[in-house]
Amino acid sequence: MYAFEIERPSTIADAVNALKGEDAQALGGGQTLIPTLKQRLAMPSKLVSLSGIGEMKGVCLGDAGEVCIGGATTHATVAREAAAHYPALAALASHIGDPAVRNRGTIGGSLANNDPSACYPAAALGSGATIITNNREIAADDYFQGMFTTALEEGEVITEVRFPVPEKANYQKFVQPASRFALVGVFVAKYAGGVRVAVTGASEEGVFRWTEAEEALSGNFDGGAVDGLSVPSDGMISDLHGTPEYRAHLVKVMTKRAVAASG
Amino acid sequence: MPKDSGIGASTKRREDVRFLTGAGNYTDDINIHGQAYVHFLRADVAHATINSIDTSGAADMPGVLRIFTGADFEAVGGLPCGWQVTDKHGQPMQEPKHPVLAHGKIRHVGEPVCAVVAETYAQARDAAEEIVLDLTELPAMVDMKEAVKDGATKVHDDLTSNLCYDWGFVEENKDAVDEAIKNAAHVTTLELVNNRLVANPMEPRVAVGEYSRSDDMHTLHTTSQNPHVIRLLMGAFVLGIPEHKLRVVAPDVGGGFGTKIFHYAEEAFCTFAAKAVNRPVKWTSTRSEAFMSDAHGRDHVTKIELAMDADNNFTAIRTETYANMGAYLSTFAPSVPTWLHGTLMAGNYKTPLIYVNVKAVFTNTVPVDAYRGAGRPEATFQLERVIDKAARERGVDPIALRRQNFVTEFPYATPVAVEYDTGDYEATMAKLEEIADIGGFAARRAASEKNGKLRGLGVNCYIEACGIAPSNLVGQLGARAGLYDAATVRVNATGSISVMVGAHSHGQGHETSFPQVISEMIGIPEDQIDIVHGDTSKIPFGMGTYGSRSLAVCGSAMVRAAEKVINKAKKIAAHLLEASDADIELKNGQFTVAGTDKSVAWGDVTLAAYVPHNYPLEDIEPGLEETAFYDPANFTYPAGAYACEVEVDPDTGKVTIERFSAADDFGNIINPMIVSGQVHGGIAQGIGQALLENCSYDENGQLISASYMDYAMPRADDLPFYSVDHSCQTPCTHNPLGVKGCGEAGAIGSPPSVVNAVIDALQSGGKNVAHIDMPLTPSRVWAAMNNA
Repeated sequence: MYAFEIERPSTIADAVNALKGEDAQALGGGQTLIPTLKQRLAMPSKLVSLSGIGEMKGVCLGDAGEVCIGGATTHATVAREAAAHYPALAALASHIGDPAVRNRGTIGGSLANNDPSACYPAAALGSGATIITNNREIAADDYFQGMFTTALEEGEVITEVRFPVPEKANYQKFVQPASRFALVGVFVAKYAGGVRVAVTGASEEGVFRWTEAEEALSGNFDGGAVDGLSVPSDGMISDLHGTPEYRAHLVKVMTKRAVAASG
Repeated sequence: MPKDSGIGASTKRREDVRFLTGAGNYTDDINIHGQAYVHFLRADVAHATINSIDTSGAADMPGVLRIFTGADFEAVGGLPCGWQVTDKHGQPMQEPKHPVLAHGKIRHVGEPVCAVVAETYAQARDAAEEIVLDLTELPAMVDMKEAVKDGATKVHDDLTSNLCYDWGFVEENKDAVDEAIKNAAHVTTLELVNNRLVANPMEPRVAVGEYSRSDDMHTLHTTSQNPHVIRLLMGAFVLGIPEHKLRVVAPDVGGGFGTKIFHYAEEAFCTFAAKAVNRPVKWTSTRSEAFMSDAHGRDHVTKIELAMDADNNFTAIRTETYANMGAYLSTFAPSVPTWLHGTLMAGNYKTPLIYVNVKAVFTNTVPVDAYRGAGRPEATFQLERVIDKAARERGVDPIALRRQNFVTEFPYATPVAVEYDTGDYEATMAKLEEIADIGGFAARRAASEKNGKLRGLGVNCYIEACGIAPSNLVGQLGARAGLYDAATVRVNATGSISVMVGAHSHGQGHETSFPQVISEMIGIPEDQIDIVHGDTSKIPFGMGTYGSRSLAVCGSAMVRAAEKVINKAKKIAAHLLEASDADIELKNGQFTVAGTDKSVAWGDVTLAAYVPHNYPLEDIEPGLEETAFYDPANFTYPAGAYACEVEVDPDTGKVTIERFSAADDFGNIINPMIVSGQVHGGIAQGIGQALLENCSYDENGQLISASYMDYAMPRADDLPFYSVDHSCQTPCTHNPLGVKGCGEAGAIGSPPSVVNAVIDALQSGGKNVAHIDMPLTPSRVWAAMNNA
């Protein structure tokens, strides 16, 4: 990696201030950024570590019963502490990476990076979560704007993510054999107002909602409801691990399995 | 009752204590006062002419000691190839120059072009970014069949084409084989790819070069499976350093799997640069560099035809293989698709006529060389796949078809130049049927179907030629080295023993198993015996460890040296006991006069050898140390039968291995636990090849599986609990221990049964799929099912 300065603020305000410097970059758990630095693919002048900010850590319940997770909360903490409130979310967190990744990687870091194959974007979009930053609240539907692209502005920090708790939900991940990121991951959540289906890993545009399935499942929350639907392979990712056709096929298979497993 | 020490005991691996507690001494742990660091600027294009290299900006960067380019190595040799294959016309293979640093042309992504030596690694890397390469890109030759077409862009301008050799084996049999296939009652044909692999030892390669002006001595610390071979190749052929002025040390090495056999540019560079800059020079490979500079494995494209008579007896085999050499000939590359592959095409079967054709091709890819099994997995895979396909075409049981064609009488001379000394293929097949519970498969299949899964059973046999190798034979076949080995047994005054061996342990457990042999022979505790290896200044000589040769070849040398020691010790004991040495017996560490109660302990005899006050100095010298070299009379021929059971998810194509069983015949066994571990590891790599691992280039010669994000290594949860058995033992007839070698068997024997099982599963589900190329990823299996 190239040489850089590092700051370790203990408050959100100090972090936001530190990020105003030229070429400053926020560092969450570092599970993407550190390998990127090691490859010399990024050259920030300064890293601002968010891992020492107490007010950005932990899981709690909001006034409306929503699960509120601090932006610097690790996957392992979510797996442990959200389990009683939102089991599908906790289960998703418990299968990200390996124990080392889960003990370093954070929800804010994952959502800010918006890797097209990451798990958390599916949970956030599938739950209609709200992304809270240091200066605003962003609905998940407005937040994800394509592969590695989000509504975050320069220097903006995800301080918290709020998940409304569904009646039923499940995440099915079909892993890419090498990286074990999602080759296709589908998060299905049934709310009183309807069903949401969010797909990660499949599309060149990053995480997306499969609206046809949402409509079908909102009418009849049964895997069979999507039998007549088909997912177009246009715009699906093509790589060593799967063709667009294969990914499109898996979207449907994983959706059905998620519905079946959501109990 | 199992023994608790000596031959046959499952002694726990003593070296694991240091490996597992962080006390190992790996090459990267070696840091020498004043050492500088080298960073290699590697090619990021596959094929280009180098017009110019401007290092002026880089040379002024902080900490830079010197920048080297290919021009700096014009006065020294290139990296040599250790094997010359003769083609089917009797002509030698085409052998290109292999420069230490690219000179004139770049021929693969990852080839070292410049080397920056600096005070720190970061400074070297910073400076390398300031080097300006002026290149003219050339079309990249990636596909072998494209590369051998007329008019194809040449990888090496001074060769006539990209064809290294066109080998026919046995050429004299070709017409008879063609005739037999033409007249056969049935011919089964299969075209397949044996996928390119990256070895991925846990420890990446490291080299530390050192030069002492006081005695003009060069030392290379390196991650090698064979330090003497590196000393010979680098000293004699590259740098012109005489062997007495060059020491090569390979301390603890964290896995090799073949890829650390070869002499690499980075080793020669660090040795050369240490003298040039008068500082120790260190290089530690990153994992990214490992992917694009460690020699790759396999990469064959094959067509095999199996001819049978009306009764399903095999009558002939004909194969045509394109073997990828990569951009340069790595140390033993030419031997892998020829002598380690063609000679195994008979397998376990008495097929009277066999013809093997291999076209070795240069491409703009990383050089390809031996990887665990080396040629033998490629032979086994095509043979055991085509037999399975033949059984399906003929509507016969695949196990019965194999049994019907087994070699049953030994010694057996194959039509492909080797003679199997011993074996019992029926015994290992019967054992396999028992441990794999073949009889219970139908019920397990029914249970899987109830769960919506397709279950398949795949079986295969294998034989390999290892214990490499008789020097006179390999000399005739083109080897430029002998393949004997050596050991010195040094008995200390108080009776403890150091054994200096030419074999190199990089995971095999020699430090545990070799003392078991000496302990058995002398009758002293194993912990009184230590193994010394991996340092040319400490061991007599050695050709190193690969080809499952350590125990069969070096272990035999050790036995011969120990026999000499014992014979001398008996003379000393006879003197002390005032008896004739013919009457002395050694048992449990005591020398006894036969038929009497007169005895003297091992330690008293060894002390007398070094404190010779009462000693037959007129007859024998003081001291107790003997060396032996051992050159094997033949290869050894481990063989066995493997079974794999899989479930295939018809919705996703995902394959899950439910059961895996291996019945091996390794001859006599020194340490059953270590043998089981070797089989486990080999199977893991075989399953990795069959289901997961795929080294892949795009059409521009860019390596697109260049990290663990895209290159799928097997993990614990990809693998089942294995059932392994090595109770079938037909001892090797020509080495003193009767051992055969077990290091490669698992990797050789496992891929066909995995693929056979998947095909069986798909067929059971009504999918008419005859073959899928490895790795059988979910995507490929799903596509095959949906195209069927």
